[in-house]
Order: sequence, then C-alpha cells, then structure tokens
Amino acid sequence: MNYFKLVVLGIIALIAAIGTNWGHDLAYKVHAFIIMAVAAGMFIWVLRRIDEPVPAAETGYADGVVRAGVIATAFWGIAGFLVGTFIAFQLAFPELNFDWGQPFTNFGRLRPLHTSAVIFAFGGNALICTSFYVVQRTSSVRLFGGNLSWFVFWGYQLFIVLAATGYLLGATQSKEYAEPEWYTDVWLTIIWVAYLVVFLGTIFKRRERHIYVANWFYLSFIITVAMLHIVNNLSIPVSFWGSKSVQVFAGVQDAMTQWWYGHNAVGFFLTAGFLGMMYYFVPKQANRPVYSYKLSIIHFWSLIFLYIWAGPHHLHYTALPDWAATLGMVFSIVLWMPSWGGMINGLMTLQGAWDKLRTDPILRMFVISLGFYGMSTFEGPMMSIRAVNSLSHYTDWTIGHVHSGALGWNGMITFGALYFLTPKLWGRDKMFSTSAINWHFWLATIGIVLYASSMWVTGIMEGLMWREVDDQGFLVNSFADTVAAKFPMYVVRGLGGVLYLAGGLIMVWNMWMTIRGAKPVTTALPSNATPAE
Amino acid sequence: MNTYSFLRELADSWVLLAMFLFFAGVILWAFRPGSTKVYAAVAKIPLGDDTKPKSMTDKGDDHV
Repeated sequence: MNYFKLVVLGIIALIAAIGTNWGHDLAYKVHAFIIMAVAAGMFIWVLRRIDEPVPAAETGYADGVVRAGVIATAFWGIAGFLVGTFIAFQLAFPELNFDWGQPFTNFGRLRPLHTSAVIFAFGGNALICTSFYVVQRTSSVRLFGGNLSWFVFWGYQLFIVLAATGYLLGATQSKEYAEPEWYTDVWLTIIWVAYLVVFLGTIFKRRERHIYVANWFYLSFIITVAMLHIVNNLSIPVSFWGSKSVQVFAGVQDAMTQWWYGHNAVGFFLTAGFLGMMYYFVPKQANRPVYSYKLSIIHFWSLIFLYIWAGPHHLHYTALPDWAATLGMVFSIVLWMPSWGGMINGLMTLQGAWDKLRTDPILRMFVISLGFYGMSTFEGPMMSIRAVNSLSHYTDWTIGHVHSGALGWNGMITFGALYFLTPKLWGRDKMFSTSAINWHFWLATIGIVLYASSMWVTGIMEGLMWREVDDQGFLVNSFADTVAAKFPMYVVRGLGGVLYLAGGLIMVWNMWMTIRGAKPVTTALPSNATPAE
Repeated sequence: MNTYSFLRELADSWVLLAMFLFFAGVILWAFRPGSTKVYAAVAKIPLGDDTKPKSMTDKGDDHV
C-alpha cells in the first residue's frame, strides 16, 4: 500500500511540476506549484514512515478529525468575516480598492473569496466536523474507513486553498457560489465521494437500530450537494495546462442549471446540513428529546421534496419561461410550511426548560439561530413572489436576506455547536469564560440587526429609486444617484460586520483558553472579555 | 415525438404521480399505529452516553 501511495504521489508531483512550467495562466501555475509542493511533501512523509510498525487500530470514537475540524471552522470563520467586513467598507469607501493591490484585491475578486470562505470553508468545515461527531454518537460506532476521514479533512482544506487563491488570481467560471475552475471541481468531487463513503459506512455499521433524524439531514446534504456540484460544473477545459474551461450548457439552460444549483446550495448545504446540527445539538444542550419526532420526519421529507424546485425564482423576468418561474415561486411559498415546522420543532424542544435560557448562553445561541431561521424562511418565500421580486431583485434587500440567514441561522448555530464541542473534545468541564459567550451573543446579534435593517432600508430605497418615473415617463434617478443615496446604510452595514467579527474573535480567544486548559474565571469580568479589539 | 416532449410529458404525468404517492406514503407511514412508542425511543438516541461506542457484546437496539 505504501509503495502504491509513493507511486501515485510521485506521478502527481511530476505532472504538477510540468504544469508549473507549462501552465498557460498565472492561477494555473500557482495551483500546479501548490499541488506539487503538497504531493512532494506527502511523498517524503510516506517515505520516512515506510518501515515503521503499523500502530494498533484505535478504538473509541475518532475525535481527532473532529477536533481539527473545530479549529478549522473557527479559523476560516474569522478569515471569511474579515474579508466580508473589508469588502463592506470597500463598497462604502471605494478608495479601499487600493491601486497597488490591483487587480488582486478589488471588490470583484474579494467578493467570491468572502462568500466561499464563509459558506464552504466556515460552513463546510462546520458541517463535516459536526457530521463526523454526530454520526458516531447517534450510531454508537467509530467512524468508518480509518484515515479516510483525515483525507476528507485535509483534502477539503486543499480545495479551499485552491479555490481562494484561484479567485484572487482570476481563475473563475463566473457561476455564483460555484466559481472554482475545472480541476478544483474535480478535486472536490473526489473529496466528496470519500466523505460520502465515510458517512454511509459509519451508518451501515451502526449499533442503533434506527438512523437518528440528524443523520438523514446530513446524508441528504451530502448526496444532493454531490449531484448539484457535478451537474452545475459540467465543463470542458480549453487545455489541460490552463485553468479556463467552457460550460456545456449555454444561455437560459445554463442560467437555470446555475440557479437550480445555487438555490439548492442554500437548501441542502446551508439548510438541510445545518438542520442536522440542530436536531442533535439543540436536544443535547437542552437535555431533552426533540419536541416531536414525527414532525421531524415530515419536516425532512417535505423539505427535500420542495426545495429542489425552488431555484427558478431567481430568474423572474428573464428568458426563462413564465411557467418555470411560476413553478419555482409556488414551491418557494409552499416551502414556508416545512421550514416553520422545523423551527417550531426546534424551539418547542425547550418546552419545560425555558428557564435554562437565562443561565445558558449556548442554548440562547441555538434559540436565536432558530429565530433567524424562521425569519429568513418567511422573508425568502415572500421575496420569491414575482411582484415583490420586481422590487427586491438586484437590490441590497437580497444581500440583507442572505445575511440574516447566513449570519443568524448558520453562524449562530455553528457558534453554539463550537461552544458545545470545544469543552467536550478537549476534556474540559465547560468553556473558559461564560461571560465571553454572552458578549459574543450580544455582539453578533446587534451586528446582524444593524446589517439586516440597513440592507432593508437601502434595498427598498434603491428598488423604488430605480423604478421612479416622472409625469413624462422618464426615469428620475440615474444609477449613480442610488449609489450616493446608499452611502450611510453601507457604513452601518460595515459596522454591523465589525461587531459580528469582534464576537467571532472573542469566541476564538475563549476556545483558545479552553483548549489550553487555563483555569476558568469564576467571577464575571466582562471588561477582560474583549481582548480582540 | 422528440426527447424533450417525451420527457416533459412523462414528468408531468406518471413521474409526478409517483413522486406524490411516495411523499404521501412517507407522511402516512410516520403516523402508522405504534409509531409514537418507537419514535419516543428513537428521539432519545442523542441523550445517551456520548463518550464511547457500545461494546461488541451489546445487543445494540436496547432503545426499542
């Protein structure tokens, strides 16, 4: 096996070295160099261990990879929030598109870096590490596949690095949330298949008769994302030695495929996967079984049966046939029901334990994340209605909607899960500082409120300004007028981002102190709890 | 009939019916007699011991 690994790594390193030399564009050359360095490093690593005795297989839960995932989640979270806050201020103050940094640090290249960092790096690592944790606990067996889970973890980090550096260097296929070019897509496909093998293998060898509902959500997330990723990234490279590729679909078919992918990335990556987290961590933190298991089953099947049709609502008033857009709109509105069913199921799990909210800031984080889930799954269907969409589309209202979902629902539930996991995985009683969790909670909440409300105001304002006509039927405002009018709201949005980032930094400090095993503070010292500023 | 028309007609009729029946069947299945007792046990799965896997000698389905 080791000899086989050496041969494969050697060949990869060799091809990557040739690619570094022959590559047609800078992004490809840099990526080939990264791949060469990683393959060569692993070659040496395997070579040096070739005659070492194989250690006995470990028993118990495989938590090493979960620990690594918890750290990676926190790291990429801070990176993503930081870039997001910076580009928010770039919009308010265009001078921040520094001349010396062109073209690498302009808004157009940093924006996909931000979205991919928060969705795929922060959210993806959170999903992978919590799914590994949850599937072991609810199946009562060790992860399947030995070191394959480590391959998934490190391979996913390599995917993130390739995607992120690619955006900065200009390698993009210009599909929102699916920007990475063909070789990065191929690599992610390999990682994802390995992920599915680990997850399914663990479920197959479970020692519980039933598959707990959280695993259903995780599994639907893994399978659907694989399907979406492959179909939306059907493209033919122009050259094996270059990053550019050409999409197989064209025109409205391409647009429909993209938003079938795009909306289900929201539906299955950011919703189904995170609901898997919700169905494990909320009952766990409240120490009560989920309110209604039957409702969770109905929630699951309704959600996956409806979400897959909702994509066309991104394409109102386009070349897409009206019937398709209407179909997407109707399914989006019907989707409101399972979404709220799930929210109610999560919130009612606290029935008889509501008093814990006063003392347990982690539980409070879970509850507010469910609140934001309910809010954004009400707002979304409303915005998908054609008449509402004619006002909201292309405005910052959409951005506000996305962020109340991403910061509120995904962010808060991930923070809660990290606060739950960190003491457990490193054998501590609890987090180092409870008051720091409180600080994080309030900073993040106020940050989201500033963000969402400023985007509502500015989005509806610019939508109304765009459509305003005088008595002669001429448009009243130029585009630049709307940009000028939006300035104060852009600054407020940026400040919301600063607060959210500050909360994240407090969390990282708290995790650091917990992992280092420092003695917990016994008295609340909120003034000491903000070291990050 | 070209491929598009065939697939479109199939999707609008039999596939739609099959998917709807499957969906309705799953929902009804959740309400089958005796499900409440089963689900009450399943819902407790996460609340058990989360420090180590069950040993090989355990039956494995002591929740049901």
